[in-house]
Amino acid sequence: MSTSPLHKSSSHESAVEHVTGDARYVDDLPEPRDMLVGLPIYSPHARAKIVSRDGTVARLLPGIHAVLFADDVPGDNLIGPIVHDEPLFAEDEVLCVGHTVALIVGESLVQCRAAAEHLAIEYDVLEPTLTIADAIAAEQFHTAPHRIARGDVDGAIEAAAEVIRGTASNGGQDHFYLETQAALALPGERGQMHIYSSTQHPTEIQKLVALVLGKRAADVVCEVPRMGGGFGGKESQASQWAAFAALGAQVTGRPCKVWLDRDRDMVQTGNRHPFWTRYEAAFDETGRITALRANIYSDGGFSLDLSGAVLDRAVFHLDNAYYLPACELVGQVCKTNLPSNTAFRGFGGPQGMVVVEDAINRYAERTGQDPAVVRARNHYGDAPRNTAPYGQEIPDPRVDRVWRELKVSSDYEQRRADIDTFNATSRWVKRGIAYQPVKFGISFTASMLNQAGALVLIYTDGTIQLNHGGTEMGQGLHSKMVAICAHAFGVSTGQIRAMNTRTDKIPNTSPTAASSGSDLNGQAVQDACDQLLARMRPVAATLLKCDEEGVTFADDAVHGGGASVPFTELTLACWLGQVSLHAAGFYRTPGIHYDHATGSGEPFFYFAYGASVLEVEVNGLTGEHRLQRVDILHDAGNSLNPSIDIGQVEGAFIQGYGWLTMEEVIYSDTGVLKTPGASTYKVPAMGDVPLQMNVALLSQADQFSTIHGSKAVGEPPFMLALGVVTALRHAIGGFSTKGGEVELAIPATPEAILRAVVNTTTA
Amino acid sequence: MDPITFNLDGEQVVITDHSPTTTALQWLRGAQRKTGTKEGCAEGDCGACTIAILDHDAHGGPSWRSINSCLVLVPMLHGRTVVTVEGLKTDGELHPVQDAMVRHMGSQCGYCTPGVVMTMFEGCYRKDLDADWKVDDQMCGTLCRCTGYRPIRDAALETKGLRPDDRFAALEFSSPVPRDLTYVAAGQRYFQPSSTAALFDVLATNEDARIVCGMTDLGLDVTKKHVAFPCLVSLEAIPELRQMTHTDGVWRIGATVPLSEVEDRVQDGLIPLARMLRYFGARQIKNRATVGGNLCTASPIGDLAPALLALGATVVVLGAEGERRVPLSEFFLEYRKTALQPGEILAAVEVPDVPAGARCATYKVSKRRELDISAVSAGLYVMVDDGTVTEARLAFGGMAATPARATSAEQAMVGQPWTHDTVEAAVACLATEFTPFSDHRGTAWYRTTVAQNLLRGFYEETHTVRQPSLAYRHTGTVLTEAGA
Ligand SMILES: Cc1cc2nc3c(=O)[nH]c(=O)nc-3n(C[C@H](O)[C@H](O)[C@H](O)COP(=O)(O)OP(=O)(O)OC[C@H]3O[C@@H](n4cnc5c(N)ncnc54)[C@H](O)[C@@H]3O)c2cc1C
Ligand code: FES
Ligand code: FES
Repeated sequence: MSTSPLHKSSSHESAVEHVTGDARYVDDLPEPRDMLVGLPIYSPHARAKIVSRDGTVARLLPGIHAVLFADDVPGDNLIGPIVHDEPLFAEDEVLCVGHTVALIVGESLVQCRAAAEHLAIEYDVLEPTLTIADAIAAEQFHTAPHRIARGDVDGAIEAAAEVIRGTASNGGQDHFYLETQAALALPGERGQMHIYSSTQHPTEIQKLVALVLGKRAADVVCEVPRMGGGFGGKESQASQWAAFAALGAQVTGRPCKVWLDRDRDMVQTGNRHPFWTRYEAAFDETGRITALRANIYSDGGFSLDLSGAVLDRAVFHLDNAYYLPACELVGQVCKTNLPSNTAFRGFGGPQGMVVVEDAINRYAERTGQDPAVVRARNHYGDAPRNTAPYGQEIPDPRVDRVWRELKVSSDYEQRRADIDTFNATSRWVKRGIAYQPVKFGISFTASMLNQAGALVLIYTDGTIQLNHGGTEMGQGLHSKMVAICAHAFGVSTGQIRAMNTRTDKIPNTSPTAASSGSDLNGQAVQDACDQLLARMRPVAATLLKCDEEGVTFADDAVHGGGASVPFTELTLACWLGQVSLHAAGFYRTPGIHYDHATGSGEPFFYFAYGASVLEVEVNGLTGEHRLQRVDILHDAGNSLNPSIDIGQVEGAFIQGYGWLTMEEVIYSDTGVLKTPGASTYKVPAMGDVPLQMNVALLSQADQFSTIHGSKAVGEPPFMLALGVVTALRHAIGGFSTKGGEVELAIPATPEAILRAVVNTTTA
Repeated sequence: MDPITFNLDGEQVVITDHSPTTTALQWLRGAQRKTGTKEGCAEGDCGACTIAILDHDAHGGPSWRSINSCLVLVPMLHGRTVVTVEGLKTDGELHPVQDAMVRHMGSQCGYCTPGVVMTMFEGCYRKDLDADWKVDDQMCGTLCRCTGYRPIRDAALETKGLRPDDRFAALEFSSPVPRDLTYVAAGQRYFQPSSTAALFDVLATNEDARIVCGMTDLGLDVTKKHVAFPCLVSLEAIPELRQMTHTDGVWRIGATVPLSEVEDRVQDGLIPLARMLRYFGARQIKNRATVGGNLCTASPIGDLAPALLALGATVVVLGAEGERRVPLSEFFLEYRKTALQPGEILAAVEVPDVPAGARCATYKVSKRRELDISAVSAGLYVMVDDGTVTEARLAFGGMAATPARATSAEQAMVGQPWTHDTVEAAVACLATEFTPFSDHRGTAWYRTTVAQNLLRGFYEETHTVRQPSLAYRHTGTVLTEAGA
């Protein structure tokens, strides 16, 4: 199988289209001649009663075809991915700034904007709830507490050598996918609706469009060409825009597009959840955690969206890579008058880990130890230190092994010693270094989502169309699926065309999320290929005049009995022999379950691991810092495509670094977003990335029972960036005139760092 | 009325009926259906819309320049040669920058990629991309949310200054000078006179005229506030405004010289100005933004003002009646108001060389180092004679309603020995000299503390080098040598 593309590096399957501008995204598709556009008009108030709304004048303006409000929805106005608690159009009350009140449908955006000036909406402004603290005080929650506990926490705290009590918090993060939300709806005959959407979840679009229009699932098709980035932001929150486009198309009978400009996208869609946590952590005299109690709260925004599942994952990942003998972890989602927060790479995992990392940092600082040593002492290990708080056994925890290798390759110990020397003599500039392990559970924690489908079509000329339920958002899923398929048939990847993801090819798909895209869809593709191979093998054996067992597929041909025929000849022979050349594949992840009531089960199929070593330098006059060097060793199993996986690791890491150091979602005290654009919201730029970025994948890391031994890689490396906080604290501690703990807020912007420096040098 | 004509991806195009406030990006994606060029922000801050035009470079010759098509109006392309990502292939073969991006795995979702490619395209033909920091500067205007940039940087390094002997290199011999234009459509007028006489005629007959140059500031009114200016008058085609000279110890920077050209020329001659320009916008912005636009928009967080105030610059104001000179320190009257009278334009800025004994440096502190607006910026200048401060100009941005000098801090220094104690006395003045505002870029506490610390750092870092420049990949804006 010398030509198999599996486990080999290659460029992204669409790389040539990307660099030439030929790659088409929803807003690039040829526009149907009579297409209209829809402009959602949103509330300027965080909470208000709608006293009156009138679109009569606006409707009469040139180019305007419809002005729609909640009453104009033919089906259900309440949407949402888990529970339908989110008014698509505000009904009597607006629930956040950005909540859509009306949709103007017209021939151009210019005309729609002009019409918006004539929309008469009167509000009676009410007092909003805008922070987690206020929501807790007012007992406004979306969910009941989720609790996972074991052992005697109070006893352990009593007996502890050191107890760290504190709070930890983190801010939100805008997805800032470069392609903003977009959907195009084409009305068909007999009530059919075809939606092109930039979504990670085509089935959700299909379902919600049907719900909103009062149609059946079979009446709606959702098609996804590709996304210009998703990161979770198009898992549940691509729906509104698709629903608006569909509604505009339904009402006018003409194609309708809804595309959000950047500011609108940032105002109207939710973010990564901010969290606030109160915790107590007990350590024994050897630096091992003996107990952790944490009450964590997330800001869900005005509707539930995916907040419940995000919170669950935060609770599941409070332990990160550390064994917690006793713990009580309780989480709850707060309800506020902000846009509904949603999935974002890591899905609560990063927020949960922030807590245990904070406890370890403060413990190490208080006791004057190297935090890396404390982290390593707390790693999961051999029994009994190998069960997660929810009771799942963690087989083969790779965290020790990863750290052993990384410690050497990054030269951690020597560099830490060098930094101490440097800091002793440098007055205004200090350095810091950190080690950050990550353990991340793979599977949807809503167990039924762990299923996938594929549809493989072979044509008589030997070319193949590959359909699967996953969506391409840049993560290289299509490249990997094509490689699996090419490997199965022994053909070159050029023979295979990855098709747009469509709900009329694969029904009832799960979102492309939870890093599960290639795990689930890869198995489904394999299943479809296996079925086809089983049918083709006898035909091949006849052609080659050999036993079926002797038939192999490689180099664009089938071989057996010393002879070979081209793959194309085989496919033609199958057709002539009336053998079906298409197959639907299916996969479900076996054996995962979780009981919310008892907080126990086996929610994850396996765990992914990784670790990073980061070095920073801090300027004590301005609070600016620079990330100087990063070393990462990441466990991607037996990688399906190392260059794509390294791209995921690097990209996720930098995205995490942005969240922790510069990306600030800031709302005014009336709930208005103060950072609604690229000019005010800062994601990392090229100069923020260290020149020394040594990323390697763990070798000999085959994962049992996954597709070709590979592992999910989309989310876990995001959390490798958490170490930047530890490194910054180390550097800030270098300025300290009094020693002890550092108070550093997240995100660690220059201002936050300067505050920490000032605090540590004044009594 | 003239039609707008220019060369787009090798073909001559004519525009007669699009509003003059149509951006190049809207026109490309809309009327032309060239959807390869993307919109990511419509405010010059992401680079997804980057295209390239031929323009002058610092050496006077035509060069490829990457610009943000979201902030360029179609009439501004008149007479130009324009290339988009869709025009790069030759006979079906990828351009070297496209090829490098494919080989280095520089794209994931691909949405930033057209802009990345076009930014790299400029870098590929630049003759002066001879330092690592220039590569960072070349590329910092294109945001990528997927890759983490490492592969993009690798591709940029591989292709920088490659200058393949191809049809794009051959085009550099064509003349890129912006031409005279009078364009009217959708009830809006756009004038691009080619002499000052014609300019003042236009201004005299169009009361609603609004001067425009690079459009990197005014453009936001079009893309964010959707303003349809009734009458725009561009200064771009007036040759004498586009000149930069250095004679008798004075730099005269014409109002319309793009900042990238200024930056490339003052690297060794006006180090404090070069230092400020390093983190001014991004390459695409600097290829269009001008010194005239920066000073006339009179933003309290404009970065050139503190630098030029410290350097003791004078503004040359031109009206129908002739020229007058205003010290820059008297140019900013109040929030976004300058000393320009109606009908006057800023023609040039004159900056004297920094005297040998003077200490001078500029600083910019922002949340993100590259392509961000300052929380605080500063231009600090101190003349020390025989150990005593004889002159001090301490100018700050982000601290007041206009760019402003800290006069009480200056007074605390003049006549005093240039010592730590004197500096601390001036630092103490800064605590009350300004009452800055708090916003998403920084609180009043941060702004004041940083302003004070910049002065402290200025004292430290001018001990050995009087006009320190920035080290590559320095950590802070001040004390930029590692370990300082
Ligand atoms: C992404 C981005 C990043 C930026 N980064 C920075 C930065 O780092 N630092 C910074 O200071 N600014 C920054 N800016 C702002 C802007 O680029 C600068 O102020 C620039 O110098 C403006 O020049 P321009 O020629 O584009 O001005 P224009 O937009 O053409 O004009 C600006 C204003 O000045 C007037 N005007 C222009 N020229 C003259 C003249 N000669 N006489 C009289 N009036 C005139 C116009 O009428 C208009 O009101 C940034 C802008 C963007 C979009
Ligand atoms: S669209 Fe972002 S810079 Fe032009
Ligand atoms: S590849 Fe997705 S933004 Fe750059």
